[in-house]
Amino acid sequence: MSEALAAELGRIVGPRWVRARPAELTVYEADGLPTHASRPALAVLPGTRQELIEVIRLLHLASVPFVARGAGTGLSGGALAGNDAVLVVLTRLNRILRLDPERRRAVVEPGVVNARLSEAALPHGLHYAPDPSSQSACTLGGNVAENAGGPHCLKYGVTTNHVAALEILLPNADLVRIGSSSGDAWGPDLVGLFVGSEGMFGIATEITLRLEPLPAAVRTLLAAFPSIRAASEAVSAIIAGGIVPAAMEMMDQACVRAVEASIYAAGYPVEAAAVLLVELDGTAEAVAAEAGEVDALLRSHQATEIRTASTAAERAKLWQGRKKAFGAMGRISPDLAVQDAVVPRSALPDILDRVAAIAAHYRLAVANVFHAGDGNLHPNISFDGRDPGMVARVRAANHDIMHACLAVGGSITGEHGVGSDKLAYMPDAFDADTLGAMRAVRHAFDPGARANPGKVIPYHACREWRRGGTV
Amino acid sequence: MSHDVLDRLRNLLGAAAVSRDPDGVPRAVPDSTDAVAATLRLAEASAWRVRLEGHGSWVPADAPADLALTTRGLDRLVTVQPADLVATVEAGVSMDVLQRRLAAEGMWLAIDFPGRPERTVGSVVATATGGALRAGFGPVRDHILGCTAVTGDGRVVRPGGTVVKNVAGYDLTKLQVGGFGAFGVLTTLHLRLRALPTADVTLVARAPRDHLTSAARDLADAGVQPQALELLSPAVAADSDWILAARCLGSEGGVAGDIARILDVADLAWSRLDADGAHAFWHLVTHAGSGAGMTIRLGVLAPGLDELLDLVGQHLDEGLIWAGASQGGMRWAGDATADALRTLRRLAAEREVPLTLERAPWPLRQVVGHFGAYREGVGPLVAQLREIFDPGGRLVVAMDEADA
Repeated sequence: MSEALAAELGRIVGPRWVRARPAELTVYEADGLPTHASRPALAVLPGTRQELIEVIRLLHLASVPFVARGAGTGLSGGALAGNDAVLVVLTRLNRILRLDPERRRAVVEPGVVNARLSEAALPHGLHYAPDPSSQSACTLGGNVAENAGGPHCLKYGVTTNHVAALEILLPNADLVRIGSSSGDAWGPDLVGLFVGSEGMFGIATEITLRLEPLPAAVRTLLAAFPSIRAASEAVSAIIAGGIVPAAMEMMDQACVRAVEASIYAAGYPVEAAAVLLVELDGTAEAVAAEAGEVDALLRSHQATEIRTASTAAERAKLWQGRKKAFGAMGRISPDLAVQDAVVPRSALPDILDRVAAIAAHYRLAVANVFHAGDGNLHPNISFDGRDPGMVARVRAANHDIMHACLAVGGSITGEHGVGSDKLAYMPDAFDADTLGAMRAVRHAFDPGARANPGKVIPYHACREWRRGGTV
Repeated sequence: MSHDVLDRLRNLLGAAAVSRDPDGVPRAVPDSTDAVAATLRLAEASAWRVRLEGHGSWVPADAPADLALTTRGLDRLVTVQPADLVATVEAGVSMDVLQRRLAAEGMWLAIDFPGRPERTVGSVVATATGGALRAGFGPVRDHILGCTAVTGDGRVVRPGGTVVKNVAGYDLTKLQVGGFGAFGVLTTLHLRLRALPTADVTLVARAPRDHLTSAARDLADAGVQPQALELLSPAVAADSDWILAARCLGSEGGVAGDIARILDVADLAWSRLDADGAHAFWHLVTHAGSGAGMTIRLGVLAPGLDELLDLVGQHLDEGLIWAGASQGGMRWAGDATADALRTLRRLAAEREVPLTLERAPWPLRQVVGHFGAYREGVGPLVAQLREIFDPGGRLVVAMDEADA
């Protein structure tokens, strides 16, 4: 890529906010998934919305592809740019523009870190509900691009349920406002369409988010089970009982032991085959009553031990192991592939048996942590990226896991996105006409296919669209 | 012309699947996604204008067309999975049939749509018409996991899936929910269900409107969030004054706790309805506007309700009004002129409140559109999306004023 372009970008954002030397670009070669790497031609870090608009306009006029990136915590190789593309890093656009407690709305720039919004809302008795495990680092713009989830999405919904309106910058540098503070729109649901489009429709420059009142009471229960099947049946019984916990998270024994061997040790029972965390929130009266019902259900489904935490400190301790599970597993081997797939909740025990068999077949160590309430599993495969044979086995195991999930009616991703990592599985998940429609919709937003090129939609597998969508 | 249409349709679908509507317009009643696709391919090749219908009880089946395509032949419950709380149903299934079947297996679809009980699932989804329970269970879009839709030129697309969490591919389903059929014909829907609550309690209070909105604010400030907290005009509740209705659903203990908090926080003379009384009350409230000629919804947040209610009273009337006192949203039903609607739409837009025309006779839909005028930059995007999903412009839908 030309030095002239770097100089032009430098004139917009200031030379120190353009990265062009290989050593400077190394940090941008990967996201949170170590199985994919790609070095961008340049990285540019605009400091204001206006600078961002001018950067995108320049790239449009020069017909240069670009990839928007937040904190780089994604887990699908989604924010990687090739050597023909400019990485547009949005972390300097980190202002909370408005916080309106009465209307329970916040307007933020895309680089605001997820957890920072909840901290800002706390004095008003409010919080932002979606809580990806990376919430202390990941950005809200990235959350919008990926339609991020998190443990508490069981009750409160994922990112798309919390975005009311967006200002989006199209790849041709046009600005469009979609949605409204209420969530209703002057037109079809373009906000719903944009959220989860993985940076391929444009960049969200202003994000209007719903804030939720902090619950008056929260109680967390930890239960140990002799088998994953027993724990899964307990989860189904709780939901069938009409109780919607704020979160229901499960860890298998390998995961629990990794946590307990780390600095994040939370006192989890290491002999249990499965540990289940159930969090209830609401009014004090409702939480007390439902905690009793949940406790009884857990015991009737073979829970061997139940601990209850009501104070913030006690709850933080129980949650610490779950929230830091990925970090704890990272100690076991040089690299960790955090996978993501979804199955019908009733299929969880069988699919975890299958994951274990696949891991054994490929001689890999796998530990499972998952959102049990909604069937979203995260098999985590430990490996050494310096060993090409092992990397190939990890890829083969991932392939088998994805197909096992699809075979029971599941999805190849519940919250991490398709990115580069799941691109090959899209034709297994969708037919050629549906992929063709997706490609055509992308074309409506980005006719030049310059925004995050090469992700999500495998063009070779798309049936040609008659009008509008042919590229 | 219509004889030709009839003959060609009969050849395609069989004589039993083709009839005429009361105005003589040929009507196709395909019974599968493939048959819908074949019908629309024929319509595309023949350059027919196509009107979409469910049971015709919500949006009037009166758009000018060469062919009426109804989904009422798509009436199968494909799969119901109690263990996973999901179901796949065809779009022409009646909501009352669906809810009865689900209830028999301890589940329900948590949408209390306005209109007649036999409205089709496809109608509720295509028009995105939720009721008071949207406060606790979310708008219609939150209940739809995926769909099968047939484009105006007869292609079949299947976005989303059947699991409750899924980010694979672009979320094209969102376009279909509330798209009024402009992006294709919904033929199958994947639904997210809930377990039937073990407790379901309704409290009602009668008072002047401003007392009720003030009490609702007290509840919000205290963080009390019933699954429905609906402000109802006297005409809706068949009462002498405005009514605030709070409905809590869930486990016995959870609901008892929430009810205790409402009684403690909101200083109103609440009455607790017994089970039969609550059922009759919500039936009355939900179906109160069925006889009205048109329905609009306004995307207003709760703090703006009082001002919007005044505006609606000033420019339309204070007849049939339902308003979300905690999460916002307002629905009005009655009769109004195009000029009155345009004026209200403009005044609402100045307050950042979108007005959607949910249903009205075709002459009104045609001139004001479901959405009116788009904001800058949105119109070209919507036009391109419509071209993708209906390249020949076969589907007669008055989305915006440009369709007039």
